[in-house]
Amino acid sequence: MSRTDTRTESLTSTGTGGVGESPLRPDGTLKVRGEFAYSSDLWHEDMLWGATLRSPHPYARIRSIDVGPALTVPGVHVVLTHEDVPGENRYGLEHADQPVLAVDVVRYQGEPVAIVAADDPETARRAAARVRVDYEVLEPVTDAEAALADGAPVLHPDHPGGNLVRQVRIRFGDPAPTAPVVVSGEYTVGMQDQAFLGPESGMAVPAEDGGIDLYVATQWLHADQRQVCLALGLAPDKVRLHLAGVGGAFGAREDLSMQVHASLLALRTGKPVKIVYGREESFFGHVHRHPAVLRYEHGATRDGELVYVQAEIILDGGAYASTTAAVTGNAATLGAGPYRVPNVHIDCTGVYTNNPPCGAMRGFGAVQACFAYESQMDKLAEALGISPVEVRVRNALEQGSVMPTGQVVDSAAPVAELLERVRDRPLPPERGGPLDLRELPGGVSNTTHGEGVVRGVGYGVGVKNVGFSEGFDDYSTARVRLEVTAGEPVASVHTAAAEVGQGLVTLQAQIARTELGVARVVILPADTSVGSAGSTSASRQSYVTGGAVRAACEAVREAVLARVPGAAGLAGAAVVSASGEVLADLVEVLGEDVVERTVEWRHRPTEALDPATGRAFAHVQYAFAAHRAVVDVDTELGLVRVVELACAQDVGRAMNPDAVVGQIQGGSVQGLGLAVMEEIQVVDGVVRNASFTDYLIPTVLDTPPMPVEVLEYADPHAPYGLRGVGEPPTLSSTPAIVAAIRAATGRALTRAPVRPEHIVDG
Amino acid sequence: MRVNLEINGEQHTADDVWPGESLLYVLRERLGLPGAKNACEQGECGSCTVYLDGTPVCACLVAAGQAEGRSVRTVEGLGGEDRLDPVQDAFVRTGAVQCGFCTPGLVIAAHDLVHRNPHASDAEIREALAGNLCRCTGYEKILDAVRLAASTVAGERA
Repeated sequence: MSRTDTRTESLTSTGTGGVGESPLRPDGTLKVRGEFAYSSDLWHEDMLWGATLRSPHPYARIRSIDVGPALTVPGVHVVLTHEDVPGENRYGLEHADQPVLAVDVVRYQGEPVAIVAADDPETARRAAARVRVDYEVLEPVTDAEAALADGAPVLHPDHPGGNLVRQVRIRFGDPAPTAPVVVSGEYTVGMQDQAFLGPESGMAVPAEDGGIDLYVATQWLHADQRQVCLALGLAPDKVRLHLAGVGGAFGAREDLSMQVHASLLALRTGKPVKIVYGREESFFGHVHRHPAVLRYEHGATRDGELVYVQAEIILDGGAYASTTAAVTGNAATLGAGPYRVPNVHIDCTGVYTNNPPCGAMRGFGAVQACFAYESQMDKLAEALGISPVEVRVRNALEQGSVMPTGQVVDSAAPVAELLERVRDRPLPPERGGPLDLRELPGGVSNTTHGEGVVRGVGYGVGVKNVGFSEGFDDYSTARVRLEVTAGEPVASVHTAAAEVGQGLVTLQAQIARTELGVARVVILPADTSVGSAGSTSASRQSYVTGGAVRAACEAVREAVLARVPGAAGLAGAAVVSASGEVLADLVEVLGEDVVERTVEWRHRPTEALDPATGRAFAHVQYAFAAHRAVVDVDTELGLVRVVELACAQDVGRAMNPDAVVGQIQGGSVQGLGLAVMEEIQVVDGVVRNASFTDYLIPTVLDTPPMPVEVLEYADPHAPYGLRGVGEPPTLSSTPAIVAAIRAATGRALTRAPVRPEHIVDG
Repeated sequence: MRVNLEINGEQHTADDVWPGESLLYVLRERLGLPGAKNACEQGECGSCTVYLDGTPVCACLVAAGQAEGRSVRTVEGLGGEDRLDPVQDAFVRTGAVQCGFCTPGLVIAAHDLVHRNPHASDAEIREALAGNLCRCTGYEKILDAVRLAASTVAGERA
């Protein structure tokens, strides 16, 4: 019998497949055999299981905590509270405002209060339930605008600004513009969950030096390390993080979940401690997409040119800040969309409430804005009597256009072409022929045989920033080594970048193969023994860690080429001249030597926003995608079947074309989920649907064929000309589908997700 | 209690099993077979799909005691030592694997389908996989994988 343990394995990529090709994933075989070690599969001789007691109340004062009853449960080793946190009992990605374990107040339902280590998970859970917490229940603040009103309870008394986390103002052009055609609307976006399949989990193993080795599924090892060190009161060399197998992320692993808790339990018991959340706990264990209210007014000339955009955007950040400040910045700076708008006035506000904390999710503020501005563009098209594509094309951003921040778009922005490409695709065939329930809304529930079913077509296009913005020092580190192993030149690549499913391990091998001319590339496990790679988020890793790996390969290559007169490159395991002539066998040039270089690589700097106007070179790169959605709607029951969801996206350079298409299709379906299915139902601060029975994500039956067109207009500022891929398809998919439902029903539909009653009752 | 069962052709015994435990827990935590994944514990996501006496089931919904004396086949038991099953191979080749957490369950569900019906239509493939959630791929490449695996299986039978 084999047992998975805490070893993290190197992955070997062999054969051909450089940049621009689609070699197979080096972890693919392990994954299809069930042998890939996810964080929930970790196992250690003698390990204990941790469990977390969470607040049932969205807002309450803690009068007392009695761990005594939990300690009497046989098999329990230790029960810890805030009193047992040796370092700072505070953490957070941007603001350290969240306690590791609650002290005298809980600010959201699900906030961790106590943790238990026991012999098995069931014992740990039962013991946690026996911790007695005496709560004084308080009236929660659950409305973001009410939270800003005078007299609202201040949730973080030591935070300046009351319940305001951040407000961003964009002031561009004429402050009081007028236009002959004006459309306005108020839009709402519900709270979406990332719903990765692999729940939060990991294992902390105490080390002989008094430190800890933490194996965890995360998006950013070094950000975790920094926060864990502060909470444990340990130096970074004592807190070593190792990436365990990650079962999807989508933003939900940017914040800490069980990292500090498992470490505390392991240090206290002297034993390895594993924590694995179940699905219900996972809904409380990570941040969600910010619910938003967005009030927009668009002014245009009679021939459809935008004159102004005015917007007020309120983002409910929930109980702790997480990345609310950056999400607010994104929603504001991208709030006018991929359009040329001479006058823009946007106020975007992120707020503390007692709702579940919100932070990073794929699209990061740009999703909410896109739903609103695209809904507005459809309204404008209707007011002008022109087609939805036409009004967008007339105003489409292009290279050289100026964003509302004053930033000039300095690489390709083929917004009009993307729209025209999805528009010009042949439409899927009309329904007809013999009755097949599977082709109808409601499917085999047999709710219609076609009566009341109306088809609609809708469009959407969006703009997303790539990488960290607003002056953040956004870098990645790569260590590349070249040596001869078993008579063959082998490159190894070591970074701390989190592979979360997107295929970065494949890409790193492709880059090494292209730059170093070798067939065999070893991808070493990601850990904190090498410098930070930054976060696997913001569609940034191909750009930033890809850039770092390329730069480290170049440094290695230069060192090798210096050994051979006339050498100009490496190809086919040989040193070659500028004309491609083989000058020397790479194996012979290297001999016994190991050539290793470590490079910290940065993209060009961005700037902080001017606090009064938002002016700045705020984003390093913009990325664009467009969708056309075709839907069938049962107008009597309000059921929707998405028939086809076509996407066109500019990726600058398709580094791995198969992986690019996979990202676009996966992102499009998350947008589909937000359009018609997915919402965390929060009533008075309490989550009502924390399960996959009640929080529905798209199945294969909810998902239509998704033709994808990939454009490659190189960005001269980016490695290989690439453009981040992961997020743009999640933006425009939602408004395209909702627009198609509007076209089919004539309903205004100002809210995502659309529910059946919105279709039936308006 | 003690549970005896056959897994991937070998006899196994699990001791001290608590009556509330699922087959999934016994496989993963008592018998060292973590291939089947736990993603929802409610039979909604299909990540824990295994064969029980030849029928795909959600192992999280099968009480451990119900598996007494029965035969289980997990994703670990599909391929050979150095050989992938055609379904596993198709998932790798078509890009149907991203994070891969859904993959073990989908591989079993797809394996069952292509052996029952190697000429399944797209609608039949979708129906057969409707109990398996994937959050990464949007399913398109998973459909490609099943079509490829089905053609391989059909070819082997021809």
